[in-house]
Amino acid sequence: MKRTFIALGLTASLLAAAACQPGGGPGAGGGDKVKIGVFMSLTGSTAQFGISSTNGIKMAADEVNAAGGINGKQIELNVQDDRSDAQEAATIVTKFVTQDGVAGIIGEVASSRTIAAAPIAQNAKVPLLTPSSTNPDVTKKGDYIFRSCFIDPVQGAAMAQFAAKSLGKKRAALMVDRKNDYSTGLEKVINEVFPKLGGEVVITQSYQEGDTDFNGQLTSIKGSNPDVIFIPGYYGDVALIAKQARDKGITVPLVGGDGWDSAQLYTIGGQAVVGSYFTNHYSPYDTDPKVQKFVKDYQTRYGSIPDALAATAYDAAHIMFDAVKRANSLDGKAIRDALATTKDFPGVTGTVNFNENRDAVKPIMMIRVDDGGKYAIQERVVVEGAAMPTGTGGGANTNTNTNANTAATPGANTNAAGNANSGANTNANTNANANTGAANTKATP
Amino acid sequence: MPRYARNLAIALLLLAVLYALDYLVFDPGRRMISPYVARIIMLAGINITLAVSLNLINGFTGQFSIGHAGFMAVGAYSSAYFSVNYGKGIAEGMGDGALGWAVALLLATLLGALVAAAAGFLVGVPSLRLKGDYLAIVTLGFGQIIVVFLNNIESVGAARGYSGIPIVKSFFWIFLVAVLTIVSVHNMVRSAFGRALISIREDELAAEAMGVNTTRYKVAAFVISSALAGAGGVLLAHFDGYLNPKSFEFIKSFEILIMIILGGLGSIVGAVIGAIVLTVLPEALRGFAEYRMVIYSVMLIVLMITRPQGLLGGLDPFKGWRARNRAKTRTEAEEITAEDTRDKESVDKATLGERARDTSLGEGDTRS
Repeated sequence: MKRTFIALGLTASLLAAAACQPGGGPGAGGGDKVKIGVFMSLTGSTAQFGISSTNGIKMAADEVNAAGGINGKQIELNVQDDRSDAQEAATIVTKFVTQDGVAGIIGEVASSRTIAAAPIAQNAKVPLLTPSSTNPDVTKKGDYIFRSCFIDPVQGAAMAQFAAKSLGKKRAALMVDRKNDYSTGLEKVINEVFPKLGGEVVITQSYQEGDTDFNGQLTSIKGSNPDVIFIPGYYGDVALIAKQARDKGITVPLVGGDGWDSAQLYTIGGQAVVGSYFTNHYSPYDTDPKVQKFVKDYQTRYGSIPDALAATAYDAAHIMFDAVKRANSLDGKAIRDALATTKDFPGVTGTVNFNENRDAVKPIMMIRVDDGGKYAIQERVVVEGAAMPTGTGGGANTNTNTNANTAATPGANTNAAGNANSGANTNANTNANANTGAANTKATP
Repeated sequence: MPRYARNLAIALLLLAVLYALDYLVFDPGRRMISPYVARIIMLAGINITLAVSLNLINGFTGQFSIGHAGFMAVGAYSSAYFSVNYGKGIAEGMGDGALGWAVALLLATLLGALVAAAAGFLVGVPSLRLKGDYLAIVTLGFGQIIVVFLNNIESVGAARGYSGIPIVKSFFWIFLVAVLTIVSVHNMVRSAFGRALISIREDELAAEAMGVNTTRYKVAAFVISSALAGAGGVLLAHFDGYLNPKSFEFIKSFEILIMIILGGLGSIVGAVIGAIVLTVLPEALRGFAEYRMVIYSVMLIVLMITRPQGLLGGLDPFKGWRARNRAKTRTEAEEITAEDTRDKESVDKATLGERARDTSLGEGDTRS
């Protein structure tokens, strides 16, 4: 009996503790602090992404605070862990907007969790900015939801355009991970865009994550004689595919997406992946002084080279702080309007603008794998209007419709795309002799 | 007062209390409690439905099912599909008011429960003919299959998730389902049907020897448990208006399993408390930031060491109260004898299984 009472008592005290959590009502964000809510997966299946992102955001906040804060107010980050769970993400955002009175919310790597949380922020009219949720549905949840990274269809289009225009390839092979939404999504876009640009997808082969033998698929691919192979998958499988392809005597370049971004790609793949290309949000080897400073500061602080998620989150935080500063108010509507009018924000992942869907428009880095596993920036691809896949709201992209390579001649650096390109220019020049292919002959003035 | 009239009065009173709470406290327009606290209470309500329904199969029938999230997903997705394609039309046809949505949600709940029951039947019939751990393996497999299926069905959003489900966040509805689940499981366990289930848990061979058709009873319990899990899934689907296959992976099944193990297998009050504790605990510990999950885990471990049978495992929390009400002088041994005479008063008091545990296990003993 005594134990029953202890059990009941424990439950009651827990309920009481939850009910009495401190916090003001909505709009309690006044005073001399700017409260920003951050929800990330610090534990659970995507913990490593959430931790990188949170590191980037914390660093950005400390930078602004050290420089005197936003219009004299210090930033107070409220970082919460959602255990990689969509329901819990929604619970946290409910708490942010009703208990904590945050001025803005930055959150989630995974699209599923951002989508679950977005309607709550939208209803409360608190702007939410996601640094790395790439699902197009995310920003369709309402006009208070923003995204500071590219979406998957744009990435797929960039891959197709780079192969067709910059490398001048005509016959493509596709190697798709059937079980993976990310991979099949990119496949769809490549199939749509590559033929539009004068190419042809001659063969599609599939595999499943974790496969180790790709000889069957690669024999078929070799038989159809492609001049480029798209592998929109994750680095572990890609490295093995590359190795077996080279063993079979397939020497054509391989092109992939941000799933390739890992030091493991070269560790496993070795010489086989050298000379391949993949799209990414940023590169730590970018010679842009802004990026170099970010990489150096991050390394001093956390002891590791920042990955793409840390960089996109760092940018997202600065975009949010910049909007609060320009709004000069903690009112949700004012911050939302300031976010929407963000113009040419100079981030470490490129110059950021928002289109009418509140998705970031920025050049996509095409990374080249060099000897020794070094990643160099081949070029910054701005997807052309013609290459934009349907249903992605590509209208805003048509204004910067010059391919990075053609714009990268010294005299052409007048538009936004050209300015963003100065880093790529020097990089492509210094590495020009290290590669073959149409891209470099074009990029060298 | 005749028995049915009393029961009807209790039911009406319950409905009135739930509706009053919904109207007076949980109406967001009134700002009585923070939406954050309201959200946690409602999530606890959904978890109560799930935990109590799993307890029927794991706690009372003694079968080890670890695919509860799969049935939940079946109920959630089928009802969400219904609500998106037909529910909206039904609600709007009836004036788009509270009544229209109540009817639409009622239909969605019934449909979700039915489809989940059908899935439970499909899984249960072949696997429950076997004894031992096979059900665990089959249900684990079923949970995985459902997730793979959902990841590939384009019409419910595949891996991107299913959004645009009408949001009906109703305290009344969530707790009505929770209370119905508790009452029906409680009554079932105390009926001849429930006694057959408990006899299967205690000794399947002996139960069969006594004429219990074990397969039939196991399948029936499993189907009912699945249907109730489906109803829980329906509530979840309409809670945030967004579903993702990732939310129904085996980790979710284990969360529900932990709730009933923590509360005590075979105890309804235990399952309810387990569900509440496991919903509230992560939120209550939010102030500890990165140590939150460490503290959470340590608390679970300490609890399992000190009370391996769960918070309320192996005891009836109201037994003492009822005993005092009846006769203060009677000892527990006399009570059991009294039960055996099956006087009208004590028939509903203790079950076969509880008695078996009362005699074979002392408080604090572990089952080996």
